[in-house]
Amino acid sequence: MKVSIFTTCMMDLMFPQVGQDMVEVLERLGCTVDVPSNQICCGQPTFNSGYVKASWSVMHNQIDALSAIDCDYIVCPAGSCTAILKEYPQLLVDDPTDPNGTYMKQAKILSAKIYEFSQFIWRVLGIADCGATLTDTATYHRSCHMTRLLGERETPFWLLQHVKGLEMRHLPGIQYCCGFGGTFSVKEHEISELMVTSKVQHIEETGAHILISCDPGCLMNIGGRFNRLGKAIKIMHLAQVLNHDVDESRIKKVSEVAAPAPAPFP
Amino acid sequence: MGLSTSTLPFKERIAKAASDQFAHGSIAKAQDVQYDKRETARAELGHWEDWRKLGQSIRQHVLNYLPDYLEEFSDNVDKRGGNVFFAQTTEEANDFILDIIKQQKGQHVVKSKSMVTSELGLDEKIDALPDVSVLETDLAEFILEEDDWDEPSHIVFPAIHKNRDQVQEIFKKIGYQGDNDPKRMARFARKYLREQFLAADIGITGCNFAIADSGLINLDTNEGNADLADSIPKTQIVVMGMERLVPSMKEAEILDNMLARSAVGQKLTTYVTFEGQKTAQESDGPENFYVVILDNNRSRALGTEFQEILQCIRCGACLNVCPVYRQIGGHGYGSLYPGPVGAVLSPILGGYEQFGELPYASSLCAACTETCPVLIPLHNLLIKHREVETDRLKMMHGFNDFQMRVVGMGTRSPFMFKMALRFKHFGLGPWTHHRPVTATNFFAYNGAMITNGPGMVGGWTDVRDLPAPPKHHDDFRVWFKQHKKGGNPQ
Repeated sequence: MKVSIFTTCMMDLMFPQVGQDMVEVLERLGCTVDVPSNQICCGQPTFNSGYVKASWSVMHNQIDALSAIDCDYIVCPAGSCTAILKEYPQLLVDDPTDPNGTYMKQAKILSAKIYEFSQFIWRVLGIADCGATLTDTATYHRSCHMTRLLGERETPFWLLQHVKGLEMRHLPGIQYCCGFGGTFSVKEHEISELMVTSKVQHIEETGAHILISCDPGCLMNIGGRFNRLGKAIKIMHLAQVLNHDVDESRIKKVSEVAAPAPAPFP
Repeated sequence: MGLSTSTLPFKERIAKAASDQFAHGSIAKAQDVQYDKRETARAELGHWEDWRKLGQSIRQHVLNYLPDYLEEFSDNVDKRGGNVFFAQTTEEANDFILDIIKQQKGQHVVKSKSMVTSELGLDEKIDALPDVSVLETDLAEFILEEDDWDEPSHIVFPAIHKNRDQVQEIFKKIGYQGDNDPKRMARFARKYLREQFLAADIGITGCNFAIADSGLINLDTNEGNADLADSIPKTQIVVMGMERLVPSMKEAEILDNMLARSAVGQKLTTYVTFEGQKTAQESDGPENFYVVILDNNRSRALGTEFQEILQCIRCGACLNVCPVYRQIGGHGYGSLYPGPVGAVLSPILGGYEQFGELPYASSLCAACTETCPVLIPLHNLLIKHREVETDRLKMMHGFNDFQMRVVGMGTRSPFMFKMALRFKHFGLGPWTHHRPVTATNFFAYNGAMITNGPGMVGGWTDVRDLPAPPKHHDDFRVWFKQHKKGGNPQ
């Protein structure tokens, strides 16, 4: 199975380790991985700030770049960027710079091919247990865009259930945004500060040593606040957890494990 | 009062709200309590997503045929012997209402809760009339009135920012001598209000839904105060926004159900009232019945990308789930309509000059969109406001605008992005410091943090540390190239 990585600008700029772990996990599970070289960003920083005209060309570049390599699926380490790429066909509806609908056509193809990392493993590859071991306590931050825009509220939890030795603790106030929100975190940093401080408190209440998420943006925000406050926390992207101390003989398919319970609301 | 509830600049309002520990605790607690009640009430109904689609289709249908339904409603009020007045502006509405009070020689005006009358700033205007008293009879609005007309901070729970101790202090001013027990305080308010009701000659109410095919209005309350305000005084004035129509009782019943479950987590409110001009066969009700239908720029949204905001049934669920509202409360928004719905509605009603900051007061987490009973895409409408402000009205200027344009260039040109990847580490070098790292793992590159960055980075580092970006030779893409060649240096 040929998989292209949608790297996201944040992973490219800040967090190479996340990409490495993701590639290693996917290859272990039988994927042939490639990274389209001209890709940059989904366009959210400008689009969500109201610079819609400027965002069309960002999306065009992304469409060109991701379409340049033939692949079966596109996998992304960020729920938020995945959700926006899935929405491209809606976002490009009013695009006057695409009169022939060339980009729209490609956008629809990409939109159908793209998956967030955890949902790709569970729902496409059908893998439940990646064979990872991590003996510690952790809590999971559910990112808003992955949950509400992408509609994926379950696969990270299901995959984490099969990490050997990992004790997951419920995060109180899991439904509340951590205060990242892209440019919101810098433009409205006064409000963002209140939100992330509240999130830090909730994480501390769990007593867990590790914070896991599927969105590097949230992790950068929450981790940065922990560091500013001088409080200890280990920050892990799900890819790192699933690539931790792996015993390949333990890898199991979804069909080989008990059906997981649907995640309760929220 | 009117639409604007504060003269302070936005950032000062935020700072003020952030420092109000009382309000902060009260709001967070109320949000959490409402969360369980609301979700339980919706789950009991079952098929919630289908109900939402139904609610949306009812509201969209009404908006698409709004002129027809307004005409039908108005005709039917006339037929029953009542009067309808269409007010384009708040001034027109206020003048009309004050004229009625004068004509009827009203002395004691009782009001039940109405957001639109707050939008009009009606209380102050009535209060200024010689020899006329005005009393808010919704318990929360009554508390605010007795607290020297404090501003409401929620569209369903106006006094959500006050706790029981503060209410006790306020009631002491009008003769309450008991403790802070909510039951005792409510009993006191009930007795106080009952006496006022009996003396009232004018009742002013809001309107949850106006029924087009009968000329009746539908009111949902838990306190029964609206029923007293519309049945004891001889004259009733209903004040409503122009979008608040439903075709018939059938649609009202559906929306009443969704409203009560979404707003207060109940199957229905304690009182669900349908009433209008008293007819010959009826034993009670207003002899003089007036309906004031207010535009006040609502029509600006009709036929535009913002039309969906007029679907709103004012349940306040979007406020109750909003993480920003949780932190800054209603007063932080500085608008009578706070929270996500307010951030969309206020710029339409009051203009971008005054309320242009509100659409940015959101992390776009979409909790509002997820909870809205009539499927208003609230977070998308916030982005549309931002688009109007930046692309159309060119309200963004200076360094902030420049930085966003640089971001635009950097994210659309592979050449520039690759340059940024190559030089980011050195570019931010002057601001990078080695400092104790407590947030460990991939998060910290070489233990270096930026704690006081330039430009937009400064907004970030005012609140939190920024990990220093890795050097180019450690980037993912460099690693991947080597990986593809068959092996990475570990």
